[in-house]
Amino acid sequence: MIGRIGPWVHGSVLLLLLTGFACNKAPQNTPTASDDGGAKISLKGTGNDSSTSNNSPAGTEDGTVAPIPPKPAKFEGPTAKSGKIKIVSSLPRTGSAKGQTDTIVNGIKLALEEVNYKVGDFTIEYEDLDDATAQAGQWDAQRETSNAQRAVQDLDVMVYIGTYNSGAAKIAMPILNRADLLMISPANTTPSLTKPNTGDKDEPARYRPTGRVNYFRVVPTDDVQGPVAAWWAKKMKVKSVYILDDGEAYGKGIADLFKSECEDERVRIKVLGQETIDVRAQEFRALMLKIKKENPDLVYFGGTTQTKAGQLAKDMKSVGLDCPFMVPDGCYEKAFIESAGADVLNGRCYVTFGGLPPSELVKQGGKSKAFVEAYERKFGKMPDEAYAVYGYECALVALEAIRRAGEKNRQAITYAAHTIRNFQGALGTWSFDANGDTTLRVMSGSVVRDGQFQFETLLSIPPKR
Amino acid sequence: MATVLLADSTWVLFVNICLNGLTTGFLYALIALGYTMVYGIVELINFAHGDLFMLGCFFAWSLVSAAAVATGSTGALLLLLAILLLTPLFCAAINWSVDRVIYRPRRSAPKLNLLVSAIGVSFIFMNIGQLWGGAQDLDFPRLVEDRNLLPADSGLQFSLIDAIVISVTVPTMIGLAIFVKLTPLGKAMRAVAQNPMAAQLMGINTNRVISATFLIGGALAGVGSVVYVLKIPTINWAMGFQNGLYAFTSAVLGGIGNIPGAVLGAILIGMVYSLGSWYDARWATTLVFLILIVILVFRPAGILGTHTREKV
Repeated sequence: MIGRIGPWVHGSVLLLLLTGFACNKAPQNTPTASDDGGAKISLKGTGNDSSTSNNSPAGTEDGTVAPIPPKPAKFEGPTAKSGKIKIVSSLPRTGSAKGQTDTIVNGIKLALEEVNYKVGDFTIEYEDLDDATAQAGQWDAQRETSNAQRAVQDLDVMVYIGTYNSGAAKIAMPILNRADLLMISPANTTPSLTKPNTGDKDEPARYRPTGRVNYFRVVPTDDVQGPVAAWWAKKMKVKSVYILDDGEAYGKGIADLFKSECEDERVRIKVLGQETIDVRAQEFRALMLKIKKENPDLVYFGGTTQTKAGQLAKDMKSVGLDCPFMVPDGCYEKAFIESAGADVLNGRCYVTFGGLPPSELVKQGGKSKAFVEAYERKFGKMPDEAYAVYGYECALVALEAIRRAGEKNRQAITYAAHTIRNFQGALGTWSFDANGDTTLRVMSGSVVRDGQFQFETLLSIPPKR
Repeated sequence: MATVLLADSTWVLFVNICLNGLTTGFLYALIALGYTMVYGIVELINFAHGDLFMLGCFFAWSLVSAAAVATGSTGALLLLLAILLLTPLFCAAINWSVDRVIYRPRRSAPKLNLLVSAIGVSFIFMNIGQLWGGAQDLDFPRLVEDRNLLPADSGLQFSLIDAIVISVTVPTMIGLAIFVKLTPLGKAMRAVAQNPMAAQLMGINTNRVISATFLIGGALAGVGSVVYVLKIPTINWAMGFQNGLYAFTSAVLGGIGNIPGAVLGAILIGMVYSLGSWYDARWATTLVFLILIVILVFRPAGILGTHTREKV
């Protein structure tokens, strides 16, 4: 009997250790050899724009615009003046992020339809790729790799819209960079993807093996979001906080930034502890009992719906831990409220989010209002998931870059994206800086009430004196 | 005074965490019993058992959703009794059918064939779960108010739900023990577990006994899923894997094939997990399996594994 069960016991232990190991390692994982990357990096991506030069990156002034980099003498690679140009997107289309990505894809389609799938003499084609598997329930490294490789090999592909998860971006970025393929993300918020001194030493260089910048994003990053959340907590008179994170690039990153802002002498919120949860655990009651003993004014979770934010909220309630619960934009989706249950979150769950909800976009007027109305006309409902407008904005940027380049050449189109300044999109007027980041710094804070996210306040960080 | 208070509140936390571990352990125990009974009879590690438990949760969820549409929110207690009755029936029926259709034709085949079939069934169940409830976490409606039964000023946490979990689980397990010990069918089960060939020669219909084992094991998984969703109201298609793994580990820890052993193993694992989370939430799982390895080194047959030659 023992002889028969022995292998299975060993097997399951081994399996568990392996999965645990893979999970711990995943955030740092990049499939490409980056050891030679550091030496070749030119200064292009690490320019001394204001967002990298101080410890409070959110202090960047909205008004300053980075100088446009000089145009290269010659663009390499095949070129054409007309024909078919393909835009692909790589997003988790299966699993619990589907609600979000549906609206991103809708936003992209809306932008393309508004120009009738035509830019100059080019016909635009759009393909919606999935980087998630049903088994994982979220993005999968293998799928993301194959999507990126497929885009590189298809010579008609000129723009890659994606990814949704920052971890997935780390995988796709070096692959697309070698091909100078323009990549625009509607949702990645991890700072170290683009900003030096915000992550490991070789970040972001390892994502840019050619040394050139081909990655852009239209969302404000977590080095804005984490600190802004701390300031919001201060405004709510929070004196002590317990911080949890999911150990992933996005979640741990934002929790760390939140923590360091709490410890800033201008904020002074006492951090009672920070802990990484086991995202495969089914329940967290023991952890919540422990936190309850510390009696914090707030529990902050750096993580997403997919990494158990809902279950944490439930277990807070079930052990009688009654303080508010604050989460970042990874939970700003209907699926989060559904997984936690509206009652559990009602009035006590605070969510930060880069940008504005549809109701506020309408108030902004101009292109923002036009987007919401057009979306509602076409799809019969408001773009009520957070990232719809970012999907739309990504597609606008893609079209603008193709228009400016005027040729079907990857380097030319990527360079054209670099020249985008004072762009008037659905998010307002903004520019790209030298790292490929948006100058947009608008953050909003919402509270869950009656099963809905209700806009509460605009958030900002007071400038340093 | 201050130090006394500190010691006091740490003690309260310790008790709370142990209580939490105990109820979690009882949840694993119900699933572990299904593993251990089937193993005892046919020497099959039924990897689909955790996923059967998951299907039970989805079935209960569908029942509750249907009832909510039909009646509004009244009669929660009645509804609880109804799902406590229907879900085990559903799980028992599925487990029985799987045995009848998939395992029985392979009864005389090498054990490895059965095992691979079980893994296949596990995948089928997971995909059914995905079709049933989608890929994301579902919130299970609260049937019972999660009221603390202990006085609030003591700081201790023992809720009505914990009480329900224990008052459903313990009688079920005692009932099972009595059934196996005293009834003719229970006696037949023990006989088949000891030696199927000899049992058959004594006139026991082994196929019927095995079917009965699958029925009972399935029903236990059904009871397990009902108490689980009361205590941890989040369900998804992948929940069977993790819970099944813990339950299987409990069965091995206690001595697979041994009924009291499975319960003991499950409670031990619930406790270790809960205490481990106290130390560091990330290492709780590692701690559980570390202890498993250590115990198996010193007692290869599990904690109670050598006490009895009978496997049921």
